[in-house]
Amino acid sequence: MSAVTQPRNTVLSRALRTPGLAIGVVIVVVMIAAAVFAPWISPYDPDDQDVMLVLVGPESGHLLGTDAFGRDVLSRILWGARISLTVGFLSTAVGVAVGTAIGIVAGYYGGLVDRLVVAATDVLLSFPQLIMGLLLVAVLGASLTNLVIAIAVTAAPAFVRLARGSTMAMRERDFVDACRSLGYSDVRIMFLHVLPNILDELVVMASLWLAAAIRTESTLAFIGLSVPPPTATWGGIVREGFDNLLDGPWLALFPSLAILAVMIGLNLIGDGLRDATDPRAPQ
Amino acid sequence: MIRFVIKRLLVAIPTLWAVLTTVFILVRVVPGDPTMVILGDQASEAARAALREKLGLGKPILAQYIDFMTQVLHGDLGRSLATNRPIVDDVLAVLPWTIELTLASLVVGAVIGIPLGVLAAEKRDGFADWFARIFSLAGVSFPAFVSGILLLLAFSVELRWFPVISTAKSDDWFGRLRALVLPSINLGLLMVAYVTRVTRSGMLQALGEDYVRTARSKGLGRRLVVWRHAFPNVLVPVVTVVGLYLGVLIGNAVLTEIVFNRPGIGKLIVTALNQRDYTLLQGLMVVSAFAIVIANILTDLTYGLVDPRVKTA
Amino acid sequence: MTDAAVPLVVEGMTTSIRLQGRLHHVVRDMSFVIRPRETLALVGESGCGKSMTALSVMGLLPPAASITAGRVLVDGVDLVGADEATRESLRGDRLGMIFQEPMTSLNPVLPIGFQVGEALMRHRGLSKRQAREKARELLELVRVPAAAERLDAYPHQFSGGMRQRVMIALALACRLRVLIADEPTTALDVTIQAQVLALVADLQRCEGLGVLLITHNLGVVASVAQRVMVMYGGDVVESAPVAAFFARPTHPYSSALLAAMPRIEGGSQLQPIPGQVPPLGDMPDGCRFRSRCPLAHERCAALPPMTPVAGDPDHLVRCWARSDA
Repeated sequence: MSAVTQPRNTVLSRALRTPGLAIGVVIVVVMIAAAVFAPWISPYDPDDQDVMLVLVGPESGHLLGTDAFGRDVLSRILWGARISLTVGFLSTAVGVAVGTAIGIVAGYYGGLVDRLVVAATDVLLSFPQLIMGLLLVAVLGASLTNLVIAIAVTAAPAFVRLARGSTMAMRERDFVDACRSLGYSDVRIMFLHVLPNILDELVVMASLWLAAAIRTESTLAFIGLSVPPPTATWGGIVREGFDNLLDGPWLALFPSLAILAVMIGLNLIGDGLRDATDPRAPQ
Repeated sequence: MIRFVIKRLLVAIPTLWAVLTTVFILVRVVPGDPTMVILGDQASEAARAALREKLGLGKPILAQYIDFMTQVLHGDLGRSLATNRPIVDDVLAVLPWTIELTLASLVVGAVIGIPLGVLAAEKRDGFADWFARIFSLAGVSFPAFVSGILLLLAFSVELRWFPVISTAKSDDWFGRLRALVLPSINLGLLMVAYVTRVTRSGMLQALGEDYVRTARSKGLGRRLVVWRHAFPNVLVPVVTVVGLYLGVLIGNAVLTEIVFNRPGIGKLIVTALNQRDYTLLQGLMVVSAFAIVIANILTDLTYGLVDPRVKTA
Repeated sequence: MTDAAVPLVVEGMTTSIRLQGRLHHVVRDMSFVIRPRETLALVGESGCGKSMTALSVMGLLPPAASITAGRVLVDGVDLVGADEATRESLRGDRLGMIFQEPMTSLNPVLPIGFQVGEALMRHRGLSKRQAREKARELLELVRVPAAAERLDAYPHQFSGGMRQRVMIALALACRLRVLIADEPTTALDVTIQAQVLALVADLQRCEGLGVLLITHNLGVVASVAQRVMVMYGGDVVESAPVAAFFARPTHPYSSALLAAMPRIEGGSQLQPIPGQVPPLGDMPDGCRFRSRCPLAHERCAALPPMTPVAGDPDHLVRCWARSDA
């Protein structure tokens, strides 16, 4: 087994030698900290309207300016991070958990179960991801829970495929039979023996899907399908900025940069992890 | 070749059936009472009943399913709730705009991504390679609406090189082309990223193959070795990646159309959402899923063009 | 200078490869000539520097390797100091190569006829149509059946033996002076091996081609070559006319190679060579064979020169123990 899964410390030491990964981790940690500490570090209440200071630029006590209702943009971005990151992490977690479980079961048992799962995945994958998410939120109604469900549904098929493929490859090797002969139950073999062996691949793909999930959330918010206003979301602030593009370009610019930073951070982490766990990569 | 096309179409039939069924389930079954979604929970019971009648929701679910399938099979997507126009007409009116945008972005992806990927592979860890890595990281990181807004801010608002609203009369070719530049670059960015990545890794592999050495042993120069002997072998993975990410491309086309205020399927989807135009949304869902299925078939057909092993198999 | 009459002259060529910052010599101080119609066989175990020699002469070394000393004269033109354009103009025109892997050495996405005729378009300025016609002739020459119909076929539609014939046609498209054949028959079965070798021999007779044949098959050497060079660890350890070599293999490594060769008639036992070729970084100083040599001696720490065997200037050996004999 160790021939397949590399010892953790080599993966870790290789990962740390990748500058991109380190930069990614720093960006993402800063963003998470901003979201967690938003109530203490934001200079204003994100929903406080100052009718005297509508659409003012980065001056006058508002570091990143104010929006069309006179709300502080910096505070709204900090609070918006909470929604974007929460939805991103939760939906990825749900999508990975459900998708992986289904994939392992399908790959482990094969047969009819497997064929049904494969067919269902193929159909789900034939919808454009964003349009699927969009329709689900439209049908279910825009709320935090429904956003998580909708984005998780778009993420799950990819993990079904990954987990199924790896499980089938694992079955070909002797140790599943060895576990069976020891009298282990199927469930125990699947989740205590198969799962740890595909964890590396899952983590790499999950980090890339986390970026996709956060992108989907901000995109839906931009279209107007996220947590309803006045709650601040990154995509929502960009939308407000877009509607006032000529009067206050900063309003669209700053939250855009926040989204971009998280995307770059997560993609750097994903690429870095992939290179670090790729056995074909040069040592 | 013709037999291959027919076979591929036959294989697509079950997929299309499953896709239609999924749309039906999502739109009719998941919400419970669709009139709640359309009219909101404030509407009167009489209004609800009228709408149910109009949508045929009074019938048993199986009968609704059969109605829906028969309708689609006849090429009819129903009528819009908001305008009462046939949905097929609305879709056909804007479809050329979306196709034009998508094709233009594929061209952008190929024209920038392929040379960049080839150059990066030839001079590994050189300047072009680093540029390609940063470019493709940016490409996959930008949500389409973010890059669109930044392009709009830079080139339309600040520099005033392009119109803010990217529409033009269909007979004004120059205007239409000019209006296409920013949106297709925006949509093309992601394709550039994917195409660069796959071209780079494919070329790295191809340049190490024995047949490249054979080509060099004939005395061919660098240009012929790279472009005539190595590059055609990379086309298969490039086509695969383009096919794989067409779904993402269609999603991004929606956003690009919104940001650049272009007519198209994306704008239509947003209109349907805003007006709670349920039947229009259902029709657009069918159209976009069909688009993916057709794109997959086209991808498979392209394999036959770029790889003789498929063509003669 | 008479060099121009001799198609290929290699003088004191050393090829080095840079691995993890260290320079290793994979071919040391190699010298030989190939005359028209002559076949020189280069033999040795895998990893002894045979293929590196071929790639050095062709100028097709991998990026980490380069020729660090000596001269390679093709028709009197030194390739080592030449610019890439000069080397390209000789490659495929005067100097051609057949590679050992017929399955992967042809481009899977280009038609056979095009690949065969391409060198003619490059070096002779033939049009596509003329090159195609020439390609048909070449394929007929190497006895590819139904050549005319197969010009538009792709490599995957050919068997291994047919692909190797195509490779030969491709390499010989222009009137080569020297052909380097790197294990041209190892991937083929025995009958096809014989056909391919006979084909090359025919072409030598008709076209005056000189051949550098790289092989580890001493049976092939005995049947087609006029001269033999034995390589070990990047050094030539023995060089002799074929008859002299088989009659009197002098270097201990040559004797070991012959003893390890299966014989059809002989009931004598196959004797594997004890030990292994040391890795590149661990080559001993002086004679590189001394770590496995039964005659190893203190002197062997210094590299012996090539010296005549029994006063024969054509039969040279690089061994302290055998050269005084």
